[in-house]
Amino acid sequence: MTQFLDTRSLPGPEDITRKVLPNGITILTRSNFNSPSVVISGYVAVGSYLDPSDKLGLAHFTASALMRGTKSQNFQTIFDKLESAGASLGFGASVHNTSFSGRSLAEDLPLLITMLADCLRHPTFPQEYFDRLQVQLLTSLSIRAQDTTEMAAITFDQLLFGDHPYGRPEDGFIETIQKITRTNLVDFHREYYHPKNLVIVVVGAVEAQAVFDVIEAVLGDWQNPVQIQPAELPVILSPSKTIRRHIELAGKSQTDLTLGMLGPKRKSQDYLPASLGNSVLGQFGMMGRIGDAVRVKAGLAYDASTSLNAWIDGGSWEVGAGVNPVNLQKAIDLILQELNHFIEEPVTNEELADSQANYIGRLPLSLESNAGVANSVLNLERFDLGLDYLQRYAQSIRAVTPEAVLETARKYIHTDALVIVSAGTNL
Amino acid sequence: MLSEIRQEKLENGLQVNLKEIHSAPIISHWVWYRVGSRNEVAGKTGISHWVEHMQFKGTPKFAPGVLDRAISRDGGFWNAFTFLDWTTFFETMPADKISLALELESDRMVNSTFPPEEVESERTVVISEREGNENEPLFRLDEAMQSAAFASHPYRNEIIGSVEDLHAIQRNDLYAHYQSNYCPNNAVLAIAGDFDSDEMLELIHKYYSPIAAHAVKTHLPGDETQLTSEQHCEVKGPGDTTYLQLAYRAPTAANEDFFTISVIDSLLTGPSGLNMFGGGGISNKTSRLYRALVEKEFAISVYGGLQATIDPYLYNINVTLRPGHKPEQVLGVIDNEINRLQQSLIPQIEIDRAVKQARALFAYGSENITNQAFWLGYPEMFDHYEWFEQYVEKLNQVTPQKIQTALQEYLQPQKRVVGIYLPEEVAA
Repeated sequence: MTQFLDTRSLPGPEDITRKVLPNGITILTRSNFNSPSVVISGYVAVGSYLDPSDKLGLAHFTASALMRGTKSQNFQTIFDKLESAGASLGFGASVHNTSFSGRSLAEDLPLLITMLADCLRHPTFPQEYFDRLQVQLLTSLSIRAQDTTEMAAITFDQLLFGDHPYGRPEDGFIETIQKITRTNLVDFHREYYHPKNLVIVVVGAVEAQAVFDVIEAVLGDWQNPVQIQPAELPVILSPSKTIRRHIELAGKSQTDLTLGMLGPKRKSQDYLPASLGNSVLGQFGMMGRIGDAVRVKAGLAYDASTSLNAWIDGGSWEVGAGVNPVNLQKAIDLILQELNHFIEEPVTNEELADSQANYIGRLPLSLESNAGVANSVLNLERFDLGLDYLQRYAQSIRAVTPEAVLETARKYIHTDALVIVSAGTNL
Repeated sequence: MLSEIRQEKLENGLQVNLKEIHSAPIISHWVWYRVGSRNEVAGKTGISHWVEHMQFKGTPKFAPGVLDRAISRDGGFWNAFTFLDWTTFFETMPADKISLALELESDRMVNSTFPPEEVESERTVVISEREGNENEPLFRLDEAMQSAAFASHPYRNEIIGSVEDLHAIQRNDLYAHYQSNYCPNNAVLAIAGDFDSDEMLELIHKYYSPIAAHAVKTHLPGDETQLTSEQHCEVKGPGDTTYLQLAYRAPTAANEDFFTISVIDSLLTGPSGLNMFGGGGISNKTSRLYRALVEKEFAISVYGGLQATIDPYLYNINVTLRPGHKPEQVLGVIDNEINRLQQSLIPQIEIDRAVKQARALFAYGSENITNQAFWLGYPEMFDHYEWFEQYVEKLNQVTPQKIQTALQEYLQPQKRVVGIYLPEEVAA
């Protein structure tokens, strides 16, 4: 398999400009004048890993409240400015980060960056908006409690990761959101939001210098003297035997299944072999071997696929499917059969070559929009992959062998020690 | 983004729209058929969507699974969608691989075999897709609303079809539906991306010109009567959350009033992007109904939806209620807001704002070649390509007076359906 990929057209050190401001803010930017728009994307290293166990959802709540009012602008002013310009900006928290993303016409980039800076630095968390948001979050959690996919996924994470923050939902639980007060948000913001762990990526119809100028003007003088060392995270341990759990949700036509095990960290050497193996197992074409067995051949599910989630401190390797309750055990059996096959024999050269070609060929497609480029550039920074990562990518993908895939699969997949969760109506 | 497009019609009736975009080495290729749930008859609901699924099940030239593999290997992606008025299939590929897309789409335009065993396994896949939808309260409410909103027009049915019909439809029904509707003279081919139009036309002739035109036997719906009194429907199901939905009969996409209603939607519930891929949205926190419902703590969220269709469809307003409020109370607040708009002219500046929002949404969508190719074909399904080119200009022509008139004509209580999803305890 030789596949031509013009690496010069891919984002790399030649056209991604990176700058670190004296207060620690990292800026990455890449120009694209094909469309008159611009996107921003980034994060502060503040996430649910900092949530106290009785106040799960605090990082998420704080992120959601950043735009509800600042020292100089109220809620209506903030959104009137953004929406009048056809711009958007939003914040959300994950385990390690509070991320933001926004977009505007290129002419409105200063508005977008100024708004970002104001919401990051000077949120006031007005009580009225705190109360309103709390009810909104609680309602979302009530809706979540009825969602078969979400409930299977949350329970799966709890059983797989235990006390580690990966095992706790970022948006918390009804009882933990109820315990959070406005003061908690104010304190959380003061203690953890720092310029030194802020990364901003800007991609679109704007020159690098203009990006640096506008960011420095509104964020260059940000300092936070508070320094709190977060507690060490617990060690993640694999389950020693299979754990099976069913969440009963009455009145549902479909049962959702999440089944899986731990996976590699993003920076692990195992990541690429696991990722390509995952593609063969449950992604490639119509969802790989598992899609072929469960959907195409057995006709049991509209959706049956696998996913590899690799983060900083660990990861998960999951199979998901939505099936009629009467077909649940049949689907589990078919999936187990495929997992066993996957660790018994190496994937064929042909299967691996298919997925390798897919990974290399789709790269330009994932980078056609500004948001796609921004997301990729952000990952280069987040996982310390190097600015030339995308240009080296094809080579790294081609270097993976069927033996490496098998070895990695055997390291992570133990079919007698899985977490298997279903959510839906009892039969 | 409104660069020149090239339009041709092949002798067999296939409409071809081409747009060169040289920003990335990518081409997106779409075939649109003028058939959707609008063209279905009683007892056969969901047949268009199921036929779309069967188009992935092979021809004598390409066995099932072969194409999936070939496209994925080239780093491309493909998919298909069935809607009220149309069914579409697309492939986005690295530019030097695009001939595969032309080869496979021209092949399956007439050569799909619909093997009986594949029909049966796809029956359960489609039913499973529907069961996944049924898990969502809003799908169930939507289904009830649509059937209350139309007495006879097929827009009253869910695109995926009823469970009864999905059990009853047979291979011969599917194949007949395919043969009646899939032909060059009932299709539009839209290709955007990194190519030379003359060279692309040669390729198009090679693959598509040999396909013969034939008589299209698409079932066309009869006229639907006006709604003359407010309709109500109530769905009960699991959960703790109440939803309220209003559905007003909307103008067709080709009607000038469509653009006025688009601006009204923007004023009431915020701008809605029509992009299918990419672009994202703009928040709606300064819209009138967000302020009246969410800021005043009657609701958790509100959004609106308007579809571009051949026949008059629906303008929807959807509200997730805050616990402790009754749907009737929320309905009163919405009616107050609409009444206020009906009674006084809005400032021109609000229309200008809606126009800028639309311009921004189109700019975001133009970053993405797949989305640009989508726009090249989509408007042909309910009007013409010019509909898209003139979209922003048409919004610009909306005046405060037109808004008031349209509000008075379309947003009347007697011309709507009020739907409520009420949570109930379900026995375990």
